[in-house]
Amino acid sequence: MSVKIIMRDKEYEVRPGMNLMSALKKLDILPEAVIATRDGDLILEDEILKDGQVIKLVSVISGG
Amino acid sequence: MKCRICGRKAAVNMRQHKLALCRDDFLEWVPQQVERFIQKYKMFTREERVLVAVSGGKDSLGLWDILIRLGYRADGVYIGLGIDEGIAYSGKSQELCEKFSSNHGLTLHVVDIRKEYGHPVPVMSELSRRGKGKPCAVCGLVKRHVMNRAAREMGYDVLVTGHNLDDEAAVLFANTLHWEGEYLLRQGPLLPGREGLVRKVKPLCRIYEKEMAAYTLLRDIDYIYEECPFAAGSTTTYYKELLNKLENDHPGSKMTFYVKFLKSRQSGLFVEKEKIQQSLHPCPNCGQLTSTDDLCSFCRMIDKISQ
Repeated sequence: MSVKIIMRDKEYEVRPGMNLMSALKKLDILPEAVIATRDGDLILEDEILKDGQVIKLVSVISGG
Repeated sequence: MKCRICGRKAAVNMRQHKLALCRDDFLEWVPQQVERFIQKYKMFTREERVLVAVSGGKDSLGLWDILIRLGYRADGVYIGLGIDEGIAYSGKSQELCEKFSSNHGLTLHVVDIRKEYGHPVPVMSELSRRGKGKPCAVCGLVKRHVMNRAAREMGYDVLVTGHNLDDEAAVLFANTLHWEGEYLLRQGPLLPGREGLVRKVKPLCRIYEKEMAAYTLLRDIDYIYEECPFAAGSTTTYYKELLNKLENDHPGSKMTFYVKFLKSRQSGLFVEKEKIQQSLHPCPNCGQLTSTDDLCSFCRMIDKISQ
């Protein structure tokens, strides 16, 4: 039972049942710096993550 | 979370505005905001010819899309910097700009630095021995010069860049940290045109980077997701991360930092504006304004690498 979270070339797994905000906190990822998508749709921090889902995180910071 | 306008499921939550919106309402809201700031800072009108500097990234392509949707006469300019580094970074960026312009029937001007000046930017940087092993300083210098030159030579009224609020807040943070008085006097949404210098504006200066990323994704705009290979570990990125930590704990901090800076300056916190402006004069070679005594930094750099 797990939810897969992908950011660039890294993959993480979290337990289903927690919301996106808690998952990001657990992975030490700042919500301000990413956009989360599931099957191409944007999802928000209060979204409850379900077993088998794949969440892709898009990094928003650019520029040097 | 529900959309404040229609009550459907929200796709974007902007804590700094206490505003959650669904996809459709967000895609209407962003251009409305950009239009608001174009008007507020008197950037340009629908009668003027606008040149958008596009890099292939989310901000500049998203901005071009917004300006066209708003009915502005906006063409694009892409500067081929010749950054390859094994991932064909510039090549991919150019392709994405060309794809966007042809999909929308827009005019894109391409300036190839290698063809114009004989070397790609990383080589220019090595030859001129500027930038401590990184080409970012030379890259900035080249882009500023070439964007202005392109806009002047092709008769555009205004040059538009895709700097977002996070870019502006990070630069402001750096300038404040080092008390760069002259830069603090100049930083803003609009740099007025003068002899040799086309008016420069930043219509996204009050739009968060995260909002622009969401806009570009929701509009299905294909942009270059990879970072410039030289940007990894940059100070700007570090400052953006710091400010995002602050924003996470105190929503609206980035916006307040930038907007209150602009307001404070307007009300006289930083003075002696005239003095600074008087010290600029046209470069005897290219005619662009410079604060140095003789040739501008760009022409001096070109001189050095040609020797």
